[in-house]
Amino acid sequence: MKITAEEVAHVAALARLRLSDQMSAKLTEQLNDILTAMDKLAQLDTSGVPSTNHALELTGAMRPDQARPGLDHQRALANAPDSDGQSFIVPKVI
Amino acid sequence: MEPHELTLAQALELLAKKEVSSVELTQALLARMEATEPSVNAYLTTTPELALEQAQAADQARAKGEAGPLCGVPAGLKDVLCTQGVRTTCGSKILENFVPPFDAFLVARLKQAGMVLLGKHNMDEFAMGSSTENSGFGPSHNPWDLDAIPGGSSGGTAASVAAGTSLFSVGTDTGGSIRQPASHCGVVGMKPTYGRVSRFGLVAFASSLDQAGPITRTVADAAAVLQVIAGHDPADSTSAPQPVPDYSAALGRGVKGLKLGVPAEFFVEGLDQEVEQSVKAAMAVLEQQGAELVPISLPHTDYALAAYYIIAPAEASSNLARYDGVKYGMSVRREEAGLLDMYLDSRSQGFGDEVIRRIMLGTYALSAGYYDAYYGKAGQVRTLIRRDFDQAFEQVDAIVGPVTPSPAFGLGQKVDDPLQMYLSDVFTLSTNLAGLPGMSVPCGFSAKGLPIGLQIIAPHFAEETILAVGAAYQEATDHHHKRPPL
Repeated sequence: MKITAEEVAHVAALARLRLSDQMSAKLTEQLNDILTAMDKLAQLDTSGVPSTNHALELTGAMRPDQARPGLDHQRALANAPDSDGQSFIVPKVI
Repeated sequence: MEPHELTLAQALELLAKKEVSSVELTQALLARMEATEPSVNAYLTTTPELALEQAQAADQARAKGEAGPLCGVPAGLKDVLCTQGVRTTCGSKILENFVPPFDAFLVARLKQAGMVLLGKHNMDEFAMGSSTENSGFGPSHNPWDLDAIPGGSSGGTAASVAAGTSLFSVGTDTGGSIRQPASHCGVVGMKPTYGRVSRFGLVAFASSLDQAGPITRTVADAAAVLQVIAGHDPADSTSAPQPVPDYSAALGRGVKGLKLGVPAEFFVEGLDQEVEQSVKAAMAVLEQQGAELVPISLPHTDYALAAYYIIAPAEASSNLARYDGVKYGMSVRREEAGLLDMYLDSRSQGFGDEVIRRIMLGTYALSAGYYDAYYGKAGQVRTLIRRDFDQAFEQVDAIVGPVTPSPAFGLGQKVDDPLQMYLSDVFTLSTNLAGLPGMSVPCGFSAKGLPIGLQIIAPHFAEETILAVGAAYQEATDHHHKRPPL
């Protein structure tokens, strides 16, 4: 087993996902298959090879630090599930 | 010729000669949508009133001599692109009612150029998929065979261009999502170099791989659309500062003296015979036109799939953390439930199975104890893949080969086997890992009448070479003139 049902539950909690028992079982099986296929990577000797995080070597895209117009309150809140016109309203945290 | 059969260039010519107005053209395409949408389902949202308003404005602009390069031409766009005031779902229930407060950079460019927006195209949820079957709103169908997939994730877009409910369009490509559906629907699809087109307002899937590009009927049309959307955007710090050349100038260059690499690793067991025959016949056409075919090797091709399906889900798991039910999108709020419950319920009810699978895979690959073995390793393999291409391009000007291992498969055939579905992208995703431009050009049909595509790949920012090769091929062939039996 590459990944156990317990690990699937842990990863789901990290990813803020609530999985049904049926979905957990299916995902455990599918992730095992997929991770087994990924084992192919381990066959390659990559010692000393640097990692590529970006295909093009773009570094330090600088711009002047100037205030620019952004979204106003009305437009920023237009898609809010709940708001008072000034802020996003969320369920009680504490 | 019917209006829905026109290429972009033909439509622009008729508009310029005043043989048709934009309003007439738009009405004709809206009528075409009424006829074909019940069977193709290329659109998630249609905007007929807005389209007719924009068409009227386009006709007025043209009358005043102020026509932009796409003035008055109607088309839909992939629903991953933010359109101000027009619902943008990304194929997901979690964004079912999201109306963007701004336009994506490239949408603003297209509007400025005078396009008429007919609506938003269906796609795999968050661009994750190869068949549109992962759409939260039902799949699109291939116009050449309604029981076959149109490809994905830009499947609605490719199907719409093939069906004539868009005279051009723009899709996005993270691992093949422009080229694979273009190949399955018999249209041209071009993924430019990473960074050539700004990603501002393109809903993120995997930020180091995502790139938008044209889906059109001809290579010349792709050049015209790329001309409009390419360029630096200060709002996307990864967009390329390189100057944008005149792409149309490359169309007539021909292939004489060009060296075209043929990678041994693209012609392996598992490649469908009909695809192999069509692609080899296309290569022979290019050879007859003066290109030299050079056998090459991309030795790490076999590892690209595994590297991609670590890197893309890892980036996705991070990008999709923003869907939390707070600021926009689906928000499930139960009485007496707290903030954590809102996150859990909104995300679990809003995301479909494939998106959940990839978030899980990506979160796992990035989690403590596994990072080095998966994400770290995949990044190193990505370097090896990039070096393969660097070495190949020391010998050749471009690379040619198949786009997909087979013609379009049947709807429902691979939905229960994610790993099999991932193999659809085996020839396309290495170019995303390397940031290279690539194009699919129609190069024939299977015995069942399903389109097949030829892939052309070039070095960074060598879109002109791809356009020259594609245009030379279309000059000599007529696959792109065929229309589906709809």
